[in-house]
Formats: sequence, structure tokens, C-alpha cells
Amino acid sequence: MDFLAIFNQDFFYTAIRMAAPIILAAVGEVMLERAGIFNLGIEGGILFGAFLGVLGSYLFQTPWMGLVLAILGGVVLGFVFGWATISLGANQAVTGTGINILFLGLTSLLARMIWGVRDVPLTVPAFQDISIPLLSDIPVLGPVFFRHSLLVYVSYLMVLVASFVLYKTTWGLKIRAIGEYPKAADTMGIHVIAWKYGMSVFGNVCACVSGVILSICFMNCFVDNISAGRGYMAVACVILGQWSPVGALLGGLIFGAGNALQMRLQIYNVPIPTSILLVIPMVLALVMVLLVRGKASARPAALSKPYEK
Amino acid sequence: MNDYIRMEHITKRFPGVTASADVSIGFAKGEIHALLGENGAGKSTLMNMLYGLLKPDEGVITIDGAPVRISGPQDAIAHGIGMVHQHFMLIPKFTVMENVILGAKLEREPLLDTRSARQKILDLSQRTGLKVDPDARIHDLSVGDQQRVEIIKVLYKGVNVLIMDEPTAVLTPQETDELFAVLRNWIKDGNTVIFITHKMREVLEFCDRVSVLRDGHFIETAQVSDIDEERLARMMVGRDVELQLQKPPAKAGATVLEVDGLTVRADGGIPAVDNVSFTVRAGETVGIAGVDGNGQLELIEAIMGLTPAASGDIRFKGSSIAHSTPKEILEQGVSNIPFSRQTEGLVLNFSVRDNFILKERWHKPYAKHGFLQNKVIDSTVRKMIQDYSIKANGPETRAGNMSGGNQQKIVASREIERPHDLLIACHPTHGLDIGAIEFIHKRILQERADGKAVLLVSTEMDELLALSDRILVLFKGQIMGEAPATAKAVQQIGLMMLGKSAADAPA
Repeated sequence: MDFLAIFNQDFFYTAIRMAAPIILAAVGEVMLERAGIFNLGIEGGILFGAFLGVLGSYLFQTPWMGLVLAILGGVVLGFVFGWATISLGANQAVTGTGINILFLGLTSLLARMIWGVRDVPLTVPAFQDISIPLLSDIPVLGPVFFRHSLLVYVSYLMVLVASFVLYKTTWGLKIRAIGEYPKAADTMGIHVIAWKYGMSVFGNVCACVSGVILSICFMNCFVDNISAGRGYMAVACVILGQWSPVGALLGGLIFGAGNALQMRLQIYNVPIPTSILLVIPMVLALVMVLLVRGKASARPAALSKPYEK
Repeated sequence: MNDYIRMEHITKRFPGVTASADVSIGFAKGEIHALLGENGAGKSTLMNMLYGLLKPDEGVITIDGAPVRISGPQDAIAHGIGMVHQHFMLIPKFTVMENVILGAKLEREPLLDTRSARQKILDLSQRTGLKVDPDARIHDLSVGDQQRVEIIKVLYKGVNVLIMDEPTAVLTPQETDELFAVLRNWIKDGNTVIFITHKMREVLEFCDRVSVLRDGHFIETAQVSDIDEERLARMMVGRDVELQLQKPPAKAGATVLEVDGLTVRADGGIPAVDNVSFTVRAGETVGIAGVDGNGQLELIEAIMGLTPAASGDIRFKGSSIAHSTPKEILEQGVSNIPFSRQTEGLVLNFSVRDNFILKERWHKPYAKHGFLQNKVIDSTVRKMIQDYSIKANGPETRAGNMSGGNQQKIVASREIERPHDLLIACHPTHGLDIGAIEFIHKRILQERADGKAVLLVSTEMDELLALSDRILVLFKGQIMGEAPATAKAVQQIGLMMLGKSAADAPA
């Protein structure tokens, strides 16, 4: 077998596609961490969003209502997480872990309560891939880049939007200031608490929409633990990418490639047990986090410290 | 003088304490007005009310005769009142310009278009003489530079009243002179500076009028030209204060501490202490001057055995302690009043008693066969509380609940009363009021008279002059030179603090 044959057009298409949900969640986390809040609960947010996406699509028979429901869920989750970590000053990592454990159990439970215990999950209407006219006809590049689902495009677009906001607007300056030295921001008349809530909502909405990509773009159903560690990968991407949206994009692409590789190796029947192949993206995460360890100069100085006047 | 801003009958109560009690005070255009008082006199509280950070319980503020409501810093700035805080409110990773425009209105909001802002900063810098580079990052700037940025940041908002909370605490004498030259120039256009301080010398040297607060009460506003230091001190403390302590000539004996070519590396590998040599003899006090962060901390930690020396030697009474453990060094007779009483000197959650025996807990008579002798400890601590007039209800009082002055007295009493030949005192009166400073200073002078060797690390010129016999100046880990502890040497010491060697800085 020619090993290089694995890296064909399909591989790159899959890499781009698999990277999208991680990138979207990571961009949300970048903004949140730049405002000084460390959200380890993205994994839970993705699960919640994935579940709500299927629920909305099931109830209204259109994936759009799934998206709407997931966004609303993200807003609520953002306020709840914000209330705990910003207003009450709870430990952010512990709160995030709590959210992860809660939603892993809750989404599985609710799925069984609503749709019953099934051998094959219930399917619902899903978002279809959109071929962008003209661009998608370009040889090689077209099929790799321009035949994705709407929310995949949105994920990549969000990198540009976040970069622009963070570095080219006064809003971004305020957000960065809050993550570095909230008291200084406060004395300059910036509403620290309001901005932190805003970023908590933004980050959690991103996580929930990331879940929607998994459940009703890539699939058309909800399965237990559908997120499969992508939330943690997103957290790793933020560190890898040194708290910049573009850095998170690069990190996400590496994970996407790892995922694509793992899937292709399965298809090619490589004599390696599947369970080991599934570990590839996680090992990548570990190696990369170790590589940038100690170079954390871009880390917001006030990250994960609750702000008290 | 006609007052431009007046605060009338201002009262502010906090649980258990009245921070401002019916204070009426006024500030005029074109003056530098000092607000003088001890810690806890209510200076900052009063100014925080003017700046909108606190709301007065009673009283009114008028500007140009008209009552105004100031319910937040935004309101204050809208009325032309700005404040430079004691702790810099600058973001180290940001550039000067980013810090200045943070929260300010830009022309093409929300776009971060900085062209006109940059021009405005350069214009301000030109007009006021506050030299700043808009593109420099704050963490690359000296403390003096950072303060200029703080002032520019406030002036950028178009204020005509500038409140400065203890701005000179971190500056060298030269930087202080420069700062006041700039402020003098700025008030010529009819602007006002309100200068919060507890240093009388700066009031007399630089200010037009002075208002004194004590225990939340307004005492008096006076023309600086009509007043002297003794009267100011009396107004501030409410009793006569011994300003000039008697320092008899040193009777220096045998060498106690000998630091020889000591180099200490900081985390990044760069030398924080660079080939430093000096000696301290019994019965003399050696002062270490310098702006904070020039290697003082590393030097003392090396002597105390808390940081390893990269090279060089430290000898105590003739034998090397460079590789001894902190406990061995303490046991040999080194006492240390550390830089921070709250994080190094005391365990705040412990009682006065437990703090007092921290370094002696394994010694007779405080411990026998590994058991604490509480009766003995209690009676010793009670005596200590009395001797050092520490305001505590008893040995069980929690250290964290006490005032800074009383906390420092606990540390000082512990270090002075344990057996020792060398006392290291680091910023011994930092943040204390005149009464407490007088007390600690007397004790340190007594140490010297008792034939102990004293190593004093301080950033306060007055303190160095009052206590030391000779003064060494640290700059970037190196000793720039030595000067006698006389008023004449102040200029020279100041230049050395800025990195000029003794040769370049003639006395």
C-alpha cells in the first residue's frame, strides 16, 4: 500500500471539515480567556449545543430551529457560567469541570427520555453541504475548500471576525485590557463585569454552535458523548495558538488533520487497532502543549482570577 | 484665594469608622495644594469621593460655585477632574498609546484608529514637558517613565484638576524634582494639582497651600510660606514629634558581615546582584539606597540563605554562610525585618503570640522537649506588647486584624528581642505614619548604640540619612558607589540611583 495515497483530496477535505468545530469553540474560548476567564467547560457546552440542535430540528423539523435553540442555550449557559465565575467568584476550572460532567450525563439522559432507548439513533433534518458557485469548480482546491456545510464556513469566518475585533477595534482593546489588569480597565471607565459576561455568552454560544456542527451538519442525530474530547482540544488550541484567533485556527487544523488521518487509516484497514488510532488527535494535543510549555508570554495576566472591586 | 472646587461638610462612614467627619475644604485654580495626613487620616477617602469612586454620606461638592453630582469617575472626568492612583493603573503588555486611549473616545469608534490620538499624545508631551514614546511598551519603562504615562493618560482626557495620590513614593529625588517642575508649569494655565502625601519635606518644598487631615477630621488649610516643619508635624500627629533623632557618632567595632564579590542570578539567568562587595561592622549602620527592584531583594535573600549565590562569598563573623541554610543563618545571630511584613514577616492568620515565637519555637524557654511552654510565651509576649506599645487586645489577637504600624512593631520586636549580632532592616517603615516611624527609628538607632551591626535597605532618603553612617547605592545589581549620610550627599546619591557611578556624580 502506498502510504502517501492517504493524503489525497479527500484527506484534506476531511481535515478542513473536522477542524471547523474545534476552531469555532477555540475562537470563542480565545475571546473569553482574553477577558480573563478560563472556561474548561467547553466540552459540556458542545454537548449541550449538539443536543439542543437535534432537539430543535426534531421539534420543528428544520435544522434552523436546532441552531436557534442551541444559540439560546449558549446564551443561558453563558450567563450561568458567568454568574458562578464572575459574580460569585467561583473557581473557573472547577465550574467548567462541573459543566462538563453535568452535560455529559444530562444530554444522554434527556436523549433517552425524549427519544427512548434505540439501537439506531433517531435521525432529524440536518444542514446540507453548500457548494459555492464557481469557487467549488476550481480543480483540487474547490472540492477541498468550497463544498462544506454553512456552519463550517461560519467557523472559519469567525477567525477573521475575532481577529478584527480583538486587534482592530476599541472593543478588542477593552477586552484585552480586562484580561490583563481589570482594575486598570475599571478606572478607565470600562464596564469590566458587563464585558466579562458578554465574553462568557460569546464563548458559550460558540461552543454550543460547535456542537450543532457535530450533530446536525456532520451527522443527523445525537449520540452519547458526541463531542469526544473536542472541547479539551479547543482549550489546547488556545494555549497552542498563544491566545490569538489565528493561532487557534492553526491548532484546530492540526487536530483536524489528526482526525482525518485517523479516519483514513481506519478506511485503509491499517493493521493498528482502531482504539489506538482514535488516540492520535489526543497524543497530538499532548505533544503540542508540551512543545509550547513555558512560552506562555501571551497568557493574559489576570486569567482565571475573579475580579473583585 | 478663591476656591474653584469646594467640598462642604463631607462625611463618610464605613462600618466601625468615620473616614471623613464633616470635612470642608477648597482648592483654587493655579495652585499645587497638598493634602497632608497620616495613614488612615482620610486623605484618599476624601479624594476618592471627589473622583467619584466613593459616595459621600453627607455634604456637597461645588465647582465654580455650582453644586455637582459625581457618581463615578466618568462624571469626575466630565467635570475636568482626573486622578493618578498610588498603584499604577497601566497594563504592562500594552504600549503607552494603548494605555492612554483605553476607554477614551476615538474618532472612528469602534475602529482602533490611532492617528489623531498619537498626534494628541505627542502634542501633550511637547506642551507639558512629559517625555513619552507612544510606541514603547510599559514593561520596558522605568518607574519614572511609567508615572509620566499615568499623568499623560489623565491629561489626555482634558482635565484641569489633577489629583495625585502619593506620587513620589517610587521616585528618585531627581525624578521628584522633574515631576514638580512639570506640575508647576502645568498649573500656570490655571490648572489645579491636589497632591496627597505624608511627606512634609515635599509639601514645604513644592506646594502652595497645604490642608491637614487627622483621624478623618479637617484640621487646617495654610499657606506653605507661613508654616514650618514642626508646626506641620504637630497638626498632623496632634502632639509634638521628635523630627531629628539623636544619632551619636558611630563606635564601629569588629567586622560582622562581609559580602565579597557576590553575584546572584535572577530567574532569567541575568545577574540581579552583580559582583557586590561591602562590609558592616558592629556598632555601625550601613544603608543600601536605590530604586526598588535594583537587586535589594536578591541581595538580602542571598544573605538570609533563601537564594543561592552564583559566585562570591558571604561571611558572618568570619565564617562563610554562603552555603548555609536559612535556619543555620538565623541561629548564628542574623535578624531580619523583611521587605513585606504581610507576606514575609508575619503569618497574618496567626495570633501575635504565634508570630512572635516563629523563629524561636524550638528554643528554651519557649519550648521544652518539643512542647510549647504557653505560660512562658504568654508572659513574654505580654511584656513585648507593653514595651513596644503594640495596640493589641492580648497575645491572641490575630495579626491580620491589626494596623500596618502595629504589624511592623510585632516584626521589629521579634527580630530585635531574639539573640543576634546583625539586624537587617528592609523598608522598616514602609507605609507607616510619623508616630510609628519615630518609634521604629528609635529602636534601630538603639540597636546601633548597643553595638549591633545594622544593614538598612530603604528607598526613603530621609530614613537613610537619619539612621545610616554610610550609604551604598544599588543600581541594576551593582554598587554605584558609597556616600556619607549627610544632606549634602543627597544629590550625589540620587544620581547614583539613576545609574551614574560615584565618579560621574561628584558630591
